[in-house]
Amino acid sequence: MTAISLTNLSVYYGETPTTHDVTFDIGKGESFALVGESGSGKSTILKAIAGLAPKWQGKISLLGTPRNHAIDPRVARQCQMVFQDPYGSLHPRKTIDATLSEPLAIHGIGDQNERVCAQMAAVGLDPRFRFRFPHQLSGGQRQRVAIARALMLEPQILLLDEPTSALDVSVQAEVLNLLKRLRHQHNLTYLLVTHNLAVVSFMCERLAVMKRGRIVEIATVEQLKQNTLEHDYSGELLRASASHLISAENPS
Amino acid sequence: MAALHNWLIDDAPASRFQARMGRSYGVMSRLIRNPLAVIGAIIISLLIITAIFAPWIATQSPLTQDLSGRLQPPSSDHWMGTDELGRDIWSRVVFGSRITLLIVTLVAVIAAPVGLLLGAVSGYFGGWADRILMGITDIFLSMPKLILALAFVAALGPGIENAVIAIAITTWPAYARIARAETLTFRNAEFVSAVQLQGASSARVIVGHILPLCSSSMIIRVTLDMAGIILTAAGLGFLGLGAQPPLPEWGAMISRGRTFILDQWWVATMPGFAIILVSLGFCFLGDGLRDVLDPKSEGK
Repeated sequence: MTAISLTNLSVYYGETPTTHDVTFDIGKGESFALVGESGSGKSTILKAIAGLAPKWQGKISLLGTPRNHAIDPRVARQCQMVFQDPYGSLHPRKTIDATLSEPLAIHGIGDQNERVCAQMAAVGLDPRFRFRFPHQLSGGQRQRVAIARALMLEPQILLLDEPTSALDVSVQAEVLNLLKRLRHQHNLTYLLVTHNLAVVSFMCERLAVMKRGRIVEIATVEQLKQNTLEHDYSGELLRASASHLISAENPS
Repeated sequence: MAALHNWLIDDAPASRFQARMGRSYGVMSRLIRNPLAVIGAIIISLLIITAIFAPWIATQSPLTQDLSGRLQPPSSDHWMGTDELGRDIWSRVVFGSRITLLIVTLVAVIAAPVGLLLGAVSGYFGGWADRILMGITDIFLSMPKLILALAFVAALGPGIENAVIAIAITTWPAYARIARAETLTFRNAEFVSAVQLQGASSARVIVGHILPLCSSSMIIRVTLDMAGIILTAAGLGFLGLGAQPPLPEWGAMISRGRTFILDQWWVATMPGFAIILVSLGFCFLGDGLRDVLDPKSEGK
């Protein structure tokens, strides 16, 4: 059973296609990464799957059902998204409680108090944060709220758009551990967009390398770890990432 | 009392009710610490109290004429003197507060929500809806306020109700513009996308997530505009197109006193003072609210 299946997906902003004939399948319970440099179209694919980029050609299937172009409430319960910037993705005038109970209210789900408290505990947020505003929380805490919000509707698929790139290193590790734990607890399927290859080898089983809107290679994470990626560009990306890591460790 | 205070400022409220009460308490205590806002609030509450208890505060009926005692200067009998028909100006100013308050409230209740909603809808949907709605707004904005109000009153006939409608018609476009501009800044914010992804309808996104962000700037703007609304109402009254005689409307009273302004200054000056005081009160309150209504200013 595939959780996400893309066939010849081309997403358009205006008249210009930003991705070309993207095709891949992600199995249920799998964690799949999209890597590539900025502007390669990774986030665009995520937006098309979520419904935020409605202009596309090709086919998107979620859990075996083809998806139409608009945002629809049925898809909302299967597939949710965690955004990159935890400062911009939470409503500044709503308490954590209001943010987390909103999806329940939209879908007419009861027991709001219990569900909000349970979800906050599940993502490791102290109950005393419940009636705080986002500006009273740290970046890592906000990202936990964003993850909790995405999980409120108990979706099976989570789209993660660089979920840790806006956080500092120690907090990144906490959030990645949380995501890993949640995935095993709820048997979630992850589609992760990142340009951090260390995150990929920690979180994912397979990855697709993208360049200028096309997938150049789909590989397993073992290939990444053993440095046996086939395509020239993948090797280049790996070397760039490695040299970046070395220069970060030994600032000269 | 101390227990209540601690309950209100609790760092970790136990229920939604406690959290809401605590937040209102925070707003109130910050408002009280802002001297201008307090002065404004006192003036506005005085206006409201005067309007409610007008029959007890006024020394006589605002309509009783006494032709033998016309154009008397201020004295212990007539605190603000009398007008050309011998009516007590103090009593007329006191009863006039009812008319002023009525006009201001009705205009705010009609114009602000209409402007807010049209602006938010226009900014949220964009495209054709935006072009049509903003085209209409531009037409209304391009005409001078008082002239437009004059034209409407002339068409509908003079009177308070028509003055209210005319002023409301001339004030909503400014609110629509503000609401649209604010909406455009969050239109593509990720927190709006997040709610859309949860399956919320457009109506729900606009009412539940966009309007709350526009509303505090709107409250401030409306409060600051109150002074302008009072002056427009007074202007219409002055031109004889607002409240009709013998109703004690402040603008109309100034208009009647204009004839005697050199010899009997108090006839036009007293209602003028009332207009200035109330306009000032609304301006102060608006300024104070601007400092207070931002949740990020908490604890600063």
